[in-house]
Amino acid sequence: MHESAFQIFINALLANNFVLAMFLGLCPFLGVSGRLDTAFPMGVATTFVMLVASLCAYGLNLLLSAFHLEFLRLISYIVIIASAVQLVEMVLKKYSPKLFRALGIYLPLITTNCAVLGVALFQTAREYDFVQSVTFSVGGGAGFTLALVLMASVRERLTLSNVPDLAQGTALSLMLAGILSLSFMGFAGLGG
Amino acid sequence: MNPSTAVTWDEFMEGVWRQNPVFVMVLGMCPTLAVTVSVVNALSMGVSTMLVLIASCGLVSMMRKITPKEVRIAVYIVIIATFVTVVDYAIQAISLTLYDALGAFIQLIVVNCIILGRAEAHAAKNPPLPAMINAAGMGVGFTIGLLALGTVREVLGAGTLFGVTLFGVGFQPWVIMVLPPGGFFVLGAWLLFFSWLERRKLRRRQAKLVEATQNA
Repeated sequence: MHESAFQIFINALLANNFVLAMFLGLCPFLGVSGRLDTAFPMGVATTFVMLVASLCAYGLNLLLSAFHLEFLRLISYIVIIASAVQLVEMVLKKYSPKLFRALGIYLPLITTNCAVLGVALFQTAREYDFVQSVTFSVGGGAGFTLALVLMASVRERLTLSNVPDLAQGTALSLMLAGILSLSFMGFAGLGG
Repeated sequence: MNPSTAVTWDEFMEGVWRQNPVFVMVLGMCPTLAVTVSVVNALSMGVSTMLVLIASCGLVSMMRKITPKEVRIAVYIVIIATFVTVVDYAIQAISLTLYDALGAFIQLIVVNCIILGRAEAHAAKNPPLPAMINAAGMGVGFTIGLLALGTVREVLGAGTLFGVTLFGVGFQPWVIMVLPPGGFFVLGAWLLFFSWLERRKLRRRQAKLVEATQNA
Protein backbone atom coordinates (compact mmCIF):
# COMPACT_ATOMS: atom_id res chain seq x y z
CA MET A 1 0.00 0.00 0.00
CA HIS A 2 1.66 3.22 -1.16
CA GLU A 3 -0.35 6.28 -0.39
CA SER A 4 1.39 9.63 -0.29
CA ALA A 5 1.33 11.51 3.01
CA PHE A 6 -0.84 14.21 1.44
CA GLN A 7 -3.45 11.68 0.33
CA ILE A 8 -3.59 10.17 3.78
CA PHE A 9 -4.01 13.59 5.36
CA ILE A 10 -6.85 14.66 3.05
CA ASN A 11 -8.52 11.28 3.41
CA ALA A 12 -8.47 11.37 7.21
CA LEU A 13 -9.51 15.03 7.29
CA LEU A 14 -12.38 15.06 4.80
CA ALA A 15 -13.23 12.02 2.71
CA ASN A 16 -13.04 9.51 5.57
CA ASN A 17 -13.68 11.96 8.37
CA PHE A 18 -13.34 10.11 11.68
CA VAL A 19 -16.61 11.31 13.13
CA LEU A 20 -18.90 11.76 10.17
CA ALA A 21 -17.87 8.87 7.94
CA MET A 22 -16.30 6.30 10.25
CA PHE A 23 -18.37 6.86 13.42
CA LEU A 24 -15.39 7.18 15.73
CA GLY A 25 -15.51 9.43 18.77
CA LEU A 26 -19.24 10.09 18.82
CA CYS A 27 -19.57 10.46 22.60
CA PRO A 28 -17.54 13.69 22.86
CA PHE A 29 -18.96 14.75 19.49
CA LEU A 30 -22.49 14.74 20.91
CA GLY A 31 -21.43 15.71 24.44
CA VAL A 32 -19.06 18.67 24.07
CA SER A 33 -20.43 20.22 20.89
CA GLY A 34 -22.88 22.48 22.73
CA ARG A 35 -20.61 25.53 22.73
CA LEU A 36 -17.88 26.68 20.40
CA ASP A 37 -15.43 27.80 23.09
CA THR A 38 -15.23 24.32 24.64
CA ALA A 39 -15.50 22.42 21.36
CA PHE A 40 -12.29 23.81 19.87
CA PRO A 41 -9.97 23.16 22.88
CA MET A 42 -11.48 19.69 23.20
CA GLY A 43 -10.61 19.03 19.56
CA VAL A 44 -7.05 20.23 20.05
CA ALA A 45 -6.58 18.17 23.23
CA THR A 46 -7.88 15.07 21.44
CA THR A 47 -5.60 15.73 18.46
CA PHE A 48 -2.61 15.94 20.79
CA VAL A 49 -3.52 12.68 22.52
CA MET A 50 -4.00 11.07 19.10
CA LEU A 51 -0.54 12.18 17.98
CA VAL A 52 1.13 10.89 21.16
CA ALA A 53 -0.84 7.65 21.00
CA SER A 54 0.07 7.16 17.35
CA LEU A 55 3.80 7.70 18.00
CA CYS A 56 3.83 5.34 20.99
CA ALA A 57 1.73 2.75 19.18
CA TYR A 58 4.15 2.78 16.26
CA GLY A 59 7.16 2.12 18.50
CA LEU A 60 5.29 -0.41 20.58
CA ASN A 61 4.13 -2.33 17.53
CA LEU A 62 7.73 -2.73 16.36
CA LEU A 63 8.68 -4.01 19.80
CA LEU A 64 5.76 -6.44 20.05
CA SER A 65 6.35 -7.74 16.51
CA ALA A 66 10.01 -8.35 17.32
CA PHE A 67 9.03 -10.57 20.26
CA HIS A 68 5.98 -12.13 18.50
CA LEU A 69 3.61 -10.83 21.16
CA GLU A 70 0.91 -9.45 18.84
CA PHE A 71 -1.88 -10.66 21.12
CA LEU A 72 -0.81 -8.08 23.72
CA ARG A 73 -1.31 -5.24 21.22
CA LEU A 74 -4.76 -4.14 22.32
CA ILE A 75 -3.94 -4.17 26.04
CA SER A 76 -0.70 -2.23 25.64
CA TYR A 77 -2.28 0.36 23.33
CA ILE A 78 -5.02 1.14 25.79
CA VAL A 79 -2.54 1.52 28.65
CA ILE A 80 -0.45 3.94 26.57
CA ILE A 81 -3.51 6.01 25.68
CA ALA A 82 -4.59 6.19 29.31
CA SER A 83 -1.14 7.49 30.28
CA ALA A 84 -1.16 10.08 27.48
CA VAL A 85 -4.54 11.36 28.64
CA GLN A 86 -3.28 11.60 32.20
CA LEU A 87 -0.39 13.74 30.91
CA VAL A 88 -2.68 16.11 29.02
CA GLU A 89 -4.91 16.37 32.07
CA MET A 90 -2.02 17.37 34.35
CA VAL A 91 -0.71 19.94 31.86
CA LEU A 92 -4.15 21.51 31.40
CA LYS A 93 -4.82 21.58 35.13
CA LYS A 94 -1.56 23.47 35.69
CA TYR A 95 -1.73 25.96 32.82
CA SER A 96 -5.44 26.51 32.26
CA PRO A 97 -7.62 25.54 35.24
CA LYS A 98 -10.60 27.34 33.69
CA LEU A 99 -10.52 25.19 30.57
CA PHE A 100 -9.91 22.14 32.76
CA ARG A 101 -13.17 22.79 34.59
CA ALA A 102 -15.07 23.55 31.37
CA LEU A 103 -14.15 20.22 29.79
CA GLY A 104 -15.02 18.41 33.02
CA ILE A 105 -15.73 14.71 32.77
CA TYR A 106 -15.05 14.66 29.03
CA LEU A 107 -11.31 15.14 29.54
CA PRO A 108 -10.60 11.80 31.27
CA LEU A 109 -13.11 10.27 28.86
CA ILE A 110 -10.67 10.90 25.97
CA THR A 111 -9.24 7.55 27.12
CA THR A 112 -12.42 5.85 25.99
CA ASN A 113 -12.64 7.91 22.80
CA CYS A 114 -12.75 5.36 20.01
CA ALA A 115 -11.08 7.82 17.66
CA VAL A 116 -7.84 7.63 19.64
CA LEU A 117 -7.73 3.85 19.84
CA GLY A 118 -9.01 3.81 16.26
CA VAL A 119 -5.93 5.70 15.03
CA ALA A 120 -3.62 3.21 16.73
CA LEU A 121 -5.52 0.18 15.43
CA PHE A 122 -6.00 1.43 11.86
CA GLN A 123 -2.38 2.44 11.39
CA THR A 124 -1.35 -1.05 12.52
CA ALA A 125 -3.91 -2.77 10.29
CA ARG A 126 -2.92 -0.70 7.24
CA GLU A 127 0.80 -1.14 7.95
CA TYR A 128 1.62 2.56 7.74
CA ASP A 129 5.27 3.58 8.12
CA PHE A 130 6.40 6.29 10.54
CA VAL A 131 5.62 9.37 8.40
CA GLN A 132 2.29 7.91 7.26
CA SER A 133 1.28 7.18 10.86
CA VAL A 134 2.04 10.72 11.98
CA THR A 135 0.13 12.31 9.07
CA PHE A 136 -2.76 9.92 9.64
CA SER A 137 -3.08 10.87 13.30
CA VAL A 138 -2.75 14.62 12.69
CA GLY A 139 -5.24 14.45 9.80
CA GLY A 140 -7.65 12.42 11.88
CA GLY A 141 -7.34 14.83 14.79
CA ALA A 142 -7.86 17.84 12.53
CA GLY A 143 -10.92 16.12 11.04
CA PHE A 144 -12.29 15.47 14.52
CA THR A 145 -11.75 19.12 15.48
CA LEU A 146 -13.38 20.28 12.24
CA ALA A 147 -16.47 18.13 12.81
CA LEU A 148 -16.71 19.28 16.43
CA VAL A 149 -16.40 22.97 15.52
CA LEU A 150 -18.94 22.71 12.68
CA MET A 151 -21.41 20.92 14.94
CA ALA A 152 -20.92 23.42 17.78
CA SER A 153 -21.49 26.40 15.47
CA VAL A 154 -24.70 24.90 14.13
CA ARG A 155 -25.95 24.06 17.62
CA GLU A 156 -25.15 27.57 18.91
CA ARG A 157 -27.32 28.99 16.14
CA LEU A 158 -30.02 26.48 16.91
CA THR A 159 -30.47 27.58 20.52
CA LEU A 160 -32.09 30.75 19.16
CA SER A 161 -34.47 29.05 16.77
CA ASN A 162 -37.86 27.53 17.44
CA VAL A 163 -37.63 23.72 17.52
CA PRO A 164 -40.54 21.37 18.31
CA ASP A 165 -40.34 20.16 21.92
CA LEU A 166 -40.42 16.55 20.83
CA ALA A 167 -37.20 16.82 18.82
CA GLN A 168 -35.27 18.67 21.53
CA GLY A 169 -32.00 17.06 22.70
CA THR A 170 -30.17 14.06 21.32
CA ALA A 171 -32.60 13.32 18.48
CA LEU A 172 -32.03 16.79 17.08
CA SER A 173 -28.24 16.50 17.40
CA LEU A 174 -28.33 13.17 15.56
CA MET A 175 -30.37 14.63 12.70
CA LEU A 176 -27.88 17.51 12.45
CA ALA A 177 -24.99 15.05 12.44
CA GLY A 178 -26.74 13.15 9.66
CA ILE A 179 -27.01 16.29 7.52
CA LEU A 180 -23.36 17.19 8.17
CA SER A 181 -22.37 13.64 7.29
CA LEU A 182 -24.40 13.87 4.10
CA SER A 183 -22.52 16.99 3.05
CA PHE A 184 -19.16 15.40 3.87
CA MET A 185 -20.01 12.60 1.48
CA GLY A 186 -19.44 15.14 -1.25
CA PHE A 187 -15.73 14.86 -0.49
CA ALA A 188 -15.67 11.16 -1.39
CA GLY A 189 -12.92 10.35 -3.84
CA LEU A 190 -11.02 13.56 -3.08
CA GLY A 191 -8.09 11.71 -1.51
CA GLY A 192 -7.79 9.50 -4.60
CA MET B 1 -42.35 -15.71 43.78
CA ASN B 2 -39.73 -15.31 46.50
CA PRO B 3 -38.17 -11.84 46.89
CA SER B 4 -34.65 -12.74 45.73
CA THR B 5 -35.74 -13.90 42.25
CA ALA B 6 -37.96 -10.83 41.93
CA VAL B 7 -34.97 -8.62 42.64
CA THR B 8 -32.75 -10.30 40.07
CA TRP B 9 -35.49 -10.26 37.41
CA ASP B 10 -35.91 -6.55 38.01
CA GLU B 11 -32.17 -6.13 37.75
CA PHE B 12 -32.18 -7.92 34.41
CA MET B 13 -35.07 -5.93 32.95
CA GLU B 14 -33.53 -2.63 33.97
CA GLY B 15 -30.97 -2.88 31.19
CA VAL B 16 -33.37 -4.36 28.66
CA TRP B 17 -36.01 -1.67 28.86
CA ARG B 18 -36.03 1.08 31.47
CA GLN B 19 -32.33 1.96 31.14
CA ASN B 20 -31.81 0.71 27.61
CA PRO B 21 -28.22 1.68 26.74
CA VAL B 22 -28.98 2.65 23.14
CA PHE B 23 -32.33 4.43 23.33
CA VAL B 24 -32.45 5.78 26.87
CA MET B 25 -28.85 6.41 27.90
CA VAL B 26 -27.46 6.93 24.36
CA LEU B 27 -24.19 5.18 25.20
CA GLY B 28 -21.86 3.19 22.98
CA MET B 29 -22.84 5.12 19.89
CA CYS B 30 -19.79 4.36 17.76
CA PRO B 31 -20.32 0.61 17.23
CA THR B 32 -24.09 1.15 17.22
CA LEU B 33 -23.96 3.33 14.13
CA ALA B 34 -20.96 1.82 12.39
CA VAL B 35 -21.85 -1.87 12.21
CA THR B 36 -25.64 -1.75 11.82
CA VAL B 37 -25.68 -1.81 8.02
CA SER B 38 -27.06 -5.37 8.17
CA VAL B 39 -28.95 -7.47 10.71
CA VAL B 40 -26.27 -10.18 10.84
CA ASN B 41 -23.54 -7.67 11.67
CA ALA B 42 -25.74 -6.02 14.30
CA LEU B 43 -26.55 -9.35 15.95
CA SER B 44 -22.94 -10.55 16.11
CA MET B 45 -21.74 -7.20 17.43
CA GLY B 46 -24.45 -7.27 20.10
CA VAL B 47 -23.60 -10.80 21.18
CA SER B 48 -19.83 -10.15 21.33
CA THR B 49 -20.39 -7.00 23.38
CA MET B 50 -22.70 -8.91 25.71
CA LEU B 51 -20.11 -11.66 26.28
CA VAL B 52 -17.40 -9.13 27.11
CA LEU B 53 -19.82 -7.22 29.32
CA ILE B 54 -20.86 -10.26 31.38
CA ALA B 55 -17.34 -11.66 31.75
CA SER B 56 -15.69 -8.38 32.69
CA CYS B 57 -18.46 -7.33 35.08
CA GLY B 58 -18.15 -10.68 36.82
CA LEU B 59 -14.39 -10.36 37.22
CA VAL B 60 -14.54 -6.69 38.27
CA SER B 61 -17.11 -7.64 40.89
CA MET B 62 -15.00 -10.52 42.22
CA MET B 63 -12.00 -8.24 42.49
CA ARG B 64 -13.87 -5.28 43.95
CA LYS B 65 -12.47 -5.74 47.46
CA ILE B 66 -8.82 -6.00 46.46
CA THR B 67 -8.82 -3.22 43.85
CA PRO B 68 -7.31 0.04 45.17
CA LYS B 69 -9.64 2.96 44.53
CA GLU B 70 -7.00 5.14 42.86
CA VAL B 71 -6.17 2.76 40.02
CA ARG B 72 -9.60 1.19 39.55
CA ILE B 73 -10.26 2.60 36.07
CA ALA B 74 -6.93 1.26 34.82
CA VAL B 75 -7.72 -2.14 36.34
CA TYR B 76 -11.16 -2.20 34.68
CA ILE B 77 -9.72 -1.28 31.31
CA VAL B 78 -7.07 -3.99 31.44
CA ILE B 79 -9.73 -6.57 32.42
CA ILE B 80 -12.00 -5.45 29.59
CA ALA B 81 -9.14 -5.42 27.06
CA THR B 82 -8.25 -9.00 28.03
CA PHE B 83 -11.76 -10.28 27.36
CA VAL B 84 -12.02 -8.30 24.12
CA THR B 85 -8.81 -9.93 22.91
CA VAL B 86 -10.35 -13.34 23.66
CA VAL B 87 -13.56 -12.50 21.76
CA ASP B 88 -11.53 -11.00 18.90
CA TYR B 89 -9.55 -14.20 18.39
CA ALA B 90 -12.68 -16.34 18.84
CA ILE B 91 -14.56 -14.51 16.06
CA GLN B 92 -11.50 -14.74 13.82
CA ALA B 93 -11.55 -18.51 14.33
CA ILE B 94 -15.31 -18.93 13.85
CA SER B 95 -15.95 -16.82 10.75
CA LEU B 96 -13.38 -14.85 8.82
CA THR B 97 -15.99 -13.10 6.65
CA LEU B 98 -17.76 -11.81 9.74
CA TYR B 99 -14.41 -10.70 11.17
CA ASP B 100 -13.68 -8.71 8.02
CA ALA B 101 -17.16 -7.17 8.01
CA LEU B 102 -16.92 -5.94 11.60
CA GLY B 103 -13.32 -4.81 11.09
CA ALA B 104 -11.66 -2.82 13.85
CA PHE B 105 -14.94 -2.44 15.69
CA ILE B 106 -14.50 -5.71 17.57
CA GLN B 107 -11.31 -4.40 19.12
CA LEU B 108 -13.01 -1.08 19.70
CA ILE B 109 -15.40 -2.82 22.12
CA VAL B 110 -12.69 -1.94 24.67
CA VAL B 111 -13.67 1.71 24.57
CA ASN B 112 -17.42 1.08 24.54
CA CYS B 113 -18.70 3.37 27.29
CA ILE B 114 -21.43 0.90 28.27
CA ILE B 115 -18.94 -1.64 29.61
CA LEU B 116 -16.81 0.80 31.58
CA GLY B 117 -19.97 2.51 32.79
CA ARG B 118 -21.45 -0.76 34.08
CA ALA B 119 -18.16 -1.78 35.70
CA GLU B 120 -17.92 1.54 37.53
CA ALA B 121 -21.58 2.08 38.39
CA HIS B 122 -22.76 -1.43 39.19
CA ALA B 123 -20.19 -4.24 39.22
CA ALA B 124 -17.80 -2.40 41.56
CA LYS B 125 -20.47 -2.22 44.27
CA ASN B 126 -22.29 -5.55 43.97
CA PRO B 127 -21.51 -9.26 44.42
CA PRO B 128 -20.70 -11.25 41.24
CA LEU B 129 -24.12 -12.83 40.58
CA PRO B 130 -26.29 -9.69 40.54
CA ALA B 131 -23.52 -7.85 38.68
CA MET B 132 -23.48 -10.47 35.94
CA ILE B 133 -27.27 -10.55 35.69
CA ASN B 134 -27.37 -6.79 35.39
CA ALA B 135 -24.64 -6.96 32.75
CA ALA B 136 -26.61 -9.60 30.83
CA GLY B 137 -29.67 -7.32 30.86
CA MET B 138 -27.62 -4.43 29.54
CA GLY B 139 -26.14 -6.69 26.87
CA VAL B 140 -29.60 -7.84 25.76
CA GLY B 141 -30.81 -4.23 25.71
CA PHE B 142 -27.81 -3.21 23.61
CA THR B 143 -28.44 -6.09 21.19
CA ILE B 144 -32.10 -5.09 20.84
CA GLY B 145 -31.04 -1.53 20.07
CA LEU B 146 -28.57 -2.71 17.44
CA LEU B 147 -31.17 -5.01 15.87
CA ALA B 148 -33.74 -2.21 15.73
CA LEU B 149 -31.28 -0.07 13.79
CA GLY B 150 -29.89 -2.91 11.68
CA THR B 151 -33.34 -4.09 10.55
CA VAL B 152 -34.50 -0.67 9.42
CA ARG B 153 -31.24 0.07 7.64
CA GLU B 154 -30.99 -3.28 5.87
CA VAL B 155 -34.63 -3.34 4.75
CA LEU B 156 -34.62 0.22 3.45
CA GLY B 157 -31.07 0.37 2.19
CA ALA B 158 -30.68 -3.01 0.52
CA GLY B 159 -34.20 -4.45 0.39
CA THR B 160 -33.09 -7.58 2.24
CA LEU B 161 -33.44 -9.12 5.70
CA PHE B 162 -30.78 -11.59 6.92
CA GLY B 163 -29.54 -11.47 3.31
CA VAL B 164 -32.91 -12.66 1.90
CA THR B 165 -34.48 -10.41 -0.72
CA LEU B 166 -37.82 -9.06 0.47
CA PHE B 167 -39.21 -7.11 -2.45
CA GLY B 168 -39.58 -7.76 -6.17
CA VAL B 169 -37.17 -6.59 -8.83
CA GLY B 170 -38.95 -3.25 -9.02
CA PHE B 171 -37.57 -2.23 -5.62
CA GLN B 172 -35.13 0.65 -5.76
CA PRO B 173 -32.82 0.43 -2.70
CA TRP B 174 -32.59 3.58 -0.61
CA VAL B 175 -28.78 3.56 -0.66
CA ILE B 176 -28.31 6.45 1.74
CA MET B 177 -29.59 4.23 4.59
CA VAL B 178 -26.57 1.91 4.47
CA LEU B 179 -24.18 4.86 4.12
CA PRO B 180 -22.97 6.79 7.19
CA PRO B 181 -25.67 9.54 7.15
CA GLY B 182 -28.38 6.85 7.25
CA GLY B 183 -27.09 5.66 10.62
CA PHE B 184 -27.54 9.09 12.15
CA PHE B 185 -30.98 9.55 10.59
CA VAL B 186 -32.35 6.15 11.65
CA LEU B 187 -31.14 6.49 15.23
CA GLY B 188 -32.55 10.02 15.37
CA ALA B 189 -35.88 8.74 14.08
CA TRP B 190 -35.99 5.96 16.70
CA LEU B 191 -35.30 8.46 19.47
CA LEU B 192 -38.08 10.69 18.15
CA PHE B 193 -40.43 7.72 18.09
CA PHE B 194 -39.66 6.81 21.71
CA SER B 195 -40.05 10.35 22.98
CA TRP B 196 -43.38 10.54 21.12
CA LEU B 197 -44.51 7.30 22.86
CA GLU B 198 -43.43 8.71 26.22
CA ARG B 199 -45.30 11.93 25.54
CA ARG B 200 -48.48 10.08 24.61
CA LYS B 201 -48.33 7.94 27.74
CA LEU B 202 -47.95 11.04 29.88
CA ARG B 203 -50.86 12.79 28.21
CA ARG B 204 -53.15 9.75 28.68
CA ARG B 205 -52.27 9.59 32.35
CA GLN B 206 -53.05 13.28 32.78
CA ALA B 207 -56.36 12.90 30.93
CA LYS B 208 -57.30 10.01 33.22
CA LEU B 209 -56.40 12.06 36.27
CA VAL B 210 -58.56 14.97 35.11
CA GLU B 211 -61.46 12.60 34.43
CA ALA B 212 -61.15 11.05 37.87
CA THR B 213 -61.19 14.43 39.60
CA GLN B 214 -64.22 15.56 37.58
CA ASN B 215 -66.15 12.40 38.47
CA ALA B 216 -65.37 12.77 42.16
